[in-house]
Amino acid sequence: MPRAPSAPTRRAVLGGAAAAALARPALGGAPPRVVVVGAGFGGATAARCLAAGGVDTALVEAAPRYVACPGSNEVVAGLRGIEAQTFGYDALGRAGFRLVRATADAVDPAARRVRLGDGTELPYDRLILSPGIDLRFDALPGYDARAAEAMPHAWKAGEQTVLLARQLAAMPEGGTVVLSVPANPYRCPPGPYERASLIAHFLKTRKPRAKLILLDAKDTFSKQKLFEAAWARLYKDVLEVVPLAAGGQVSEVDPAGMVVRTDFAEVKADVACIIPPQRAGRIAAQAGCADRSGWCPIDPATFESRLVPGIHVVGDAAIAGAMPKSAFSANAQAKVCAQAVIDLLAGREPENPRLINTCWSLVAPGDGISIAGVFRPTDGLLADVPGAGGISPLDAPDAVRAQEAAYGESWYRTITRDVFG
Amino acid sequence: MRAAPAALALLAALVGAAGAGAAEMRAPPGASSCTGCHARGAAMGALAGRPEAEIVAALAAFRTGARPATLMNRIAKGFDAAESRAIAIWFASQGAR
Repeated sequence: MPRAPSAPTRRAVLGGAAAAALARPALGGAPPRVVVVGAGFGGATAARCLAAGGVDTALVEAAPRYVACPGSNEVVAGLRGIEAQTFGYDALGRAGFRLVRATADAVDPAARRVRLGDGTELPYDRLILSPGIDLRFDALPGYDARAAEAMPHAWKAGEQTVLLARQLAAMPEGGTVVLSVPANPYRCPPGPYERASLIAHFLKTRKPRAKLILLDAKDTFSKQKLFEAAWARLYKDVLEVVPLAAGGQVSEVDPAGMVVRTDFAEVKADVACIIPPQRAGRIAAQAGCADRSGWCPIDPATFESRLVPGIHVVGDAAIAGAMPKSAFSANAQAKVCAQAVIDLLAGREPENPRLINTCWSLVAPGDGISIAGVFRPTDGLLADVPGAGGISPLDAPDAVRAQEAAYGESWYRTITRDVFG
Repeated sequence: MRAAPAALALLAALVGAAGAGAAEMRAPPGASSCTGCHARGAAMGALAGRPEAEIVAALAAFRTGARPATLMNRIAKGFDAAESRAIAIWFASQGAR
């Protein structure tokens, strides 16, 4: 929680939207400043929208380039290279805001400053955090950062993705792959099941007699009927699914022995992809924005933190109710959040927003399925608009499946161009 | 108290220069999400600069199922006729980008 304000002017800033716009001149007449932390789909979008709205904006990002997660399961399965996922930040440096290539070490919500890795401090009137996820290396016995070198999570795209792809390519024929999926919530709800599908496709076409065991800490999941229908049709000799009710929750891993344990069984793996539990990126918790769940409760209209006034949280780190943790969501949330920030700085009431999410998954190359949703603030959370949204039809003809795959790829190309290009 | 004149001056500036204009320019609810897909060069086609009537008719046909879709039928049901029209007016007013 923020510390008590120390001066009347600061109290005015903390006091609310109109006050923020009014108090600023007393501090020297400078226009309001917004700092955005994290140049992924959420943060880079927010910074672009703020700059387009004429707001003095700084975007803080330490990574030299961005490696996108959507589509990265295709890299895992050898269907495309990691370069298709990789985007430089040069264009963001020319997008009308200041791109600060540094780590955001700490936020001081009372002083409204972000401290960077080199000790520099960036003052802000409003702060938008889009830090994505941190993998919890304290949640699954045996699974820490070092274990991830033997048993990749590949849940943050980059070296881990390439590592998992290499391990699969090098696996002996007749080998066993284990894929472990955590309980909710986590980044990209349908992602593990797309990964299972594409790894199964890889094994079926490239590794005769190999099998994939999916160990799941849940019994229900996103697009379940569509995935299960595809698995029965395409991969019944390759893929074994063990849900929670059948003992699928992984209780321990042994990376040295390549053993994955549940309460009921022990599996010796040739390749093990362990997707561990997750939480909001570190800076969100440091700033006081994460609750005991590790994620960040927000106002569903403005994405302002429920815990720390003046800080907004978008993307995977936020608790966005029915809206899933996806790149599409992060992009949509960032646009709404940026407009709300512009409105609040100008002393205007933000509008009651409506947001859309769409996620495509491949069950095989060229064979796509989707889930869509329309969301609005309801009882303090983002809730589905009744009657809208849902998954692709179970009986869609091949041509529609091919079109969904093509639309998913088209979305990826345009969103990455608009955000990073 | 020293702050008051400066504050009022800024408020006037905001309302005069950006405030009222920006309020009118705000995208209607839902519209900002559309451009996640409907961008220049996308297979789904851009919406900016399309005629209002065309967008209104397309959303209505997606809602009823009269127009085949992979997923726009599911999304269009999240907006009623008035909301769809506001989105259509917004995109029609944008130059093609």
